[in-house]
Amino acid sequence: MAATDPMLDSGADFRTRLQAWLPKIVLAPSFAVMVIFVYGFIAFTLYLSFTDSRMLPSYDLVGWQNYERLFRVRQWDTAIINLGIFAGLYIVISTIIGLFLAIFLDQKIRGEGFLRPIFLYPMALSFIVTGTAWKWILDPAIGLEVTMHRWGWESFQFDWIKDSDMAIYTIVIAAVWQSSGFVMAMFLAGLRGIDNEILKAAQMDGASNFQMYRRIILPQLRPAFLSAFVILSHLAIKSYDLVVAMTDGGPGTSTWLPALFMYEYTFTRNQMGIGASSAVIMLMTIAAIMVPYLYAELKEQK
Amino acid sequence: MGFLDINNVTKSYGAVEVLHKVDIQVEEGEFLVLVGPSGCGKSTLLNMIAGLEGISSGEIAIKDRVVNNVTPSKRNIAMVFQSYALYPNMTVGQNITFGLEMQGTPKAERDKAMAEVASLLQIENLLARKPGQLSGGQRQRVAMGRALVRDPDVFLFDEPLSNLDAKLRVDMRTEIKKLHQKLGTTIVYVTHDQIEAMTLSTRIAVMYDGYVQQLGTPKEIYDTPANIFVATFMGSPAMNVLPAKLVEMNGAIHAEVGSGDGEKHLRIENAPEAYRSYIGKSVMLGIRPEAITDPEGADRNSRNIQALTNMVGVTEPAGADTFVTMELAGKDCVARMRADAEAHPGQPFEFAVNMDKAVLFDPQTEERIA
Amino acid sequence: MAVASSDTAIRSSNVTRTFIYLFLLLFALFYLMPLVIMVLNSLKPLSEITSGGMIAMPREWTIEPWLSAWSTAQIGVEPTGLRPYFINSIAMAVPAVAISTVAGALNGYVLTKWHFRGATWIFGLLLFSCFIPFQIVLIPMARILGLLEIAGTTYGLILVHVVYGIGFSTLYFRNYYAAFPTELVRAAQIDGAGFFQIFWRIMLPSSGPIIAVCCIWQFTNIWNDFLFGASFASGDAAPMTVALNNLVNSSTGERPYNVHFAGAIMAAGPTLLVYIVAGRYFVRGLMAGSVKG
Repeated sequence: MAATDPMLDSGADFRTRLQAWLPKIVLAPSFAVMVIFVYGFIAFTLYLSFTDSRMLPSYDLVGWQNYERLFRVRQWDTAIINLGIFAGLYIVISTIIGLFLAIFLDQKIRGEGFLRPIFLYPMALSFIVTGTAWKWILDPAIGLEVTMHRWGWESFQFDWIKDSDMAIYTIVIAAVWQSSGFVMAMFLAGLRGIDNEILKAAQMDGASNFQMYRRIILPQLRPAFLSAFVILSHLAIKSYDLVVAMTDGGPGTSTWLPALFMYEYTFTRNQMGIGASSAVIMLMTIAAIMVPYLYAELKEQK
Repeated sequence: MGFLDINNVTKSYGAVEVLHKVDIQVEEGEFLVLVGPSGCGKSTLLNMIAGLEGISSGEIAIKDRVVNNVTPSKRNIAMVFQSYALYPNMTVGQNITFGLEMQGTPKAERDKAMAEVASLLQIENLLARKPGQLSGGQRQRVAMGRALVRDPDVFLFDEPLSNLDAKLRVDMRTEIKKLHQKLGTTIVYVTHDQIEAMTLSTRIAVMYDGYVQQLGTPKEIYDTPANIFVATFMGSPAMNVLPAKLVEMNGAIHAEVGSGDGEKHLRIENAPEAYRSYIGKSVMLGIRPEAITDPEGADRNSRNIQALTNMVGVTEPAGADTFVTMELAGKDCVARMRADAEAHPGQPFEFAVNMDKAVLFDPQTEERIA
Repeated sequence: MAVASSDTAIRSSNVTRTFIYLFLLLFALFYLMPLVIMVLNSLKPLSEITSGGMIAMPREWTIEPWLSAWSTAQIGVEPTGLRPYFINSIAMAVPAVAISTVAGALNGYVLTKWHFRGATWIFGLLLFSCFIPFQIVLIPMARILGLLEIAGTTYGLILVHVVYGIGFSTLYFRNYYAAFPTELVRAAQIDGAGFFQIFWRIMLPSSGPIIAVCCIWQFTNIWNDFLFGASFASGDAAPMTVALNNLVNSSTGERPYNVHFAGAIMAAGPTLLVYIVAGRYFVRGLMAGSVKG
């Protein structure tokens, strides 16, 4: 409910009318910034995606040509397939790890206050830092592999980061390391919100621990699952820094993701039209996930 | 023109009109209570008087000055909120004087006004505390102090007692009434509690669905409710409203309740002329629980006590009284007995019905027939 | 703390509990391992790393890598160390955090307490802007920064981060103020307080926690940003993340891994410090950004 909805006619004095307008005046700069820098820019990029822009923006429309070319470019295929692998594994593994950590932490664990911050601190780090650390840890020449050899496990081999078929999976490892604690925190909040009396009732009904989780608790965590999915998938689609820091898209172009593709085509290969069209596709993908979610949340809050 | 004039005021949100042509004149020193169920528009009306919500059409005037375009602080009103709305970051003293500070009153004057109000409400020892350290009743006093210190033309109360526990609520109710009697201020008070409305007010406006259903003194509202809504909303337990038929027997008008074997006839004396046109038609008969008693407990001043024998359904001893539920005309009907009345579930009992207090409603319009 | 309370409905045997502790400790090690490796390797001579001793305690402790990373390491072409870029990041993050937080607080105040038609729409549009892939704005932003002649400068980055930080800061304050009793605002209106007086005297004194949440979130995001830094300020004005990436990818001669690790910790330091000091608010910010606040 509003604090006030001034319905003033010309009878009100200047001060009164100024007070009535102040909220709008205060909101106006942010609104203008949003309209120009977010939605105006989106419109501009959308427009560019239909032009023959190369190194500099051009305003000559070429229809769907950029999109047609985009889907014929091999690197875009790579980026899309990589995104599928990366997003799928990243979301599933983070969710599983996060869920189990949350459930286990919720068993009246001694030292929870000590463990929880450890699980969560990677979220505070820059992807560049994370990427740097994992890049050298997974480097077969100096990292895990050579250490294992030195410790006597001569046959140990782990050179995925140098293998163009496997490198994308190393990025999954680092990304899961960074985000699964966050998923844990979401699930833990959900678990702590469940009414203990429901669990007692289930116990009276003779449910075992396993049944209790499967039939009573997990169904009640649905909102947490949904939030985790939405947040993780939008992070996956936006992933850029981590790949740059770990593999810089390599070996070759084997770890390109759409975000890398866009950057490379726009700023390095001077194919701005194609770059813009790839950015539009990224936006559409995220919008397809976020818009229904945000709409539902806003509706609920009203 | 009254002291506070509400002239044909409506409120719409977009196309939805939530208050329809409300028209109330409040005299100086009156205690007007707006009562009704939630969503009836009573709080909206109060907020419009305060200036916290705009007026879609019509006029509100305080002391003959139209205030439609005047900001809340310039209307010379004060308001006590349901949650008390004490500023959590300020001390009690700062809370009370914040309004004066905003108006630029010098500190010496503010302190003097604060001291007066604090002694009036006996909260001198709380002035240095923060609202978070106060009990519910203390917060209530501070909220009233904040209103009093401004010496406003009109006090507005928005369900001020609904956050207190039952006992404290009764105490504070008395306190508010005392304050009104002592200071003689004009008050508009919103509540959903019909007992508060009855006990505090000099006049009540019963609201429902954005309409003022009835405006009158507590006695008028209680004894001659304008329609079935007012009749059942005011009073607890609620008034019994039974389908009946008006018939003429032996030269007198009777209300015929029930049909077939269970048919009962209750004579109506001094029937208003309007009843005649309903003879042979169905009506709704309204009888308050306290008008149905055991014979010994019946009102001795009434000249029209009718006996009615019926089966006792459920008895609910409530200490001072015992409530007896019986079935009449297919409906549960509540009677109010003395505590030691010998009514037993499943047994017949002779009830005494005070038909002087009975009212009739038109079943279609639900308006009282008079 | 429903489930974990003393009368918890879920009981488990000692065997299960042992397993649970093992599982949790294992994962604690997994999360700690990269940080420990970074710290240890930033304190040992390069030869110990290149000879296969990355996962081992230093045999010889040295702070040489830290000194080098801070002031002499090769960043791109210049042997400046990370120090100037650290300063760039501070100069970028502090004003950007301050401006976006103030704007978010005012927006949240207006959107919750001075409701007007279309407010929900405006908030919805702001909310969606938090989640757009920034690739969609890179090209026009580069043009605008060029037009404003602040391309490649810290001012440009401040502008970018304020613009794209307002969405989240508004989200925080809006959700926080939505739970703030509107009756207090009404009482203050009747007391004669104006728009800014209400904000300053009534709202702000109760906003401590959300200011902390918002500042921490914005600081972490802005400090950790790489995309905007790399796109709009890759020269002398580059922020710490870009400089770190340049340091790691400067491929002249033998790679000084120990310096890389020291640099990585420097880049992680401020956000990690904030996390250690005010982790509670950081987690709240994370959650408010995902689930509703």
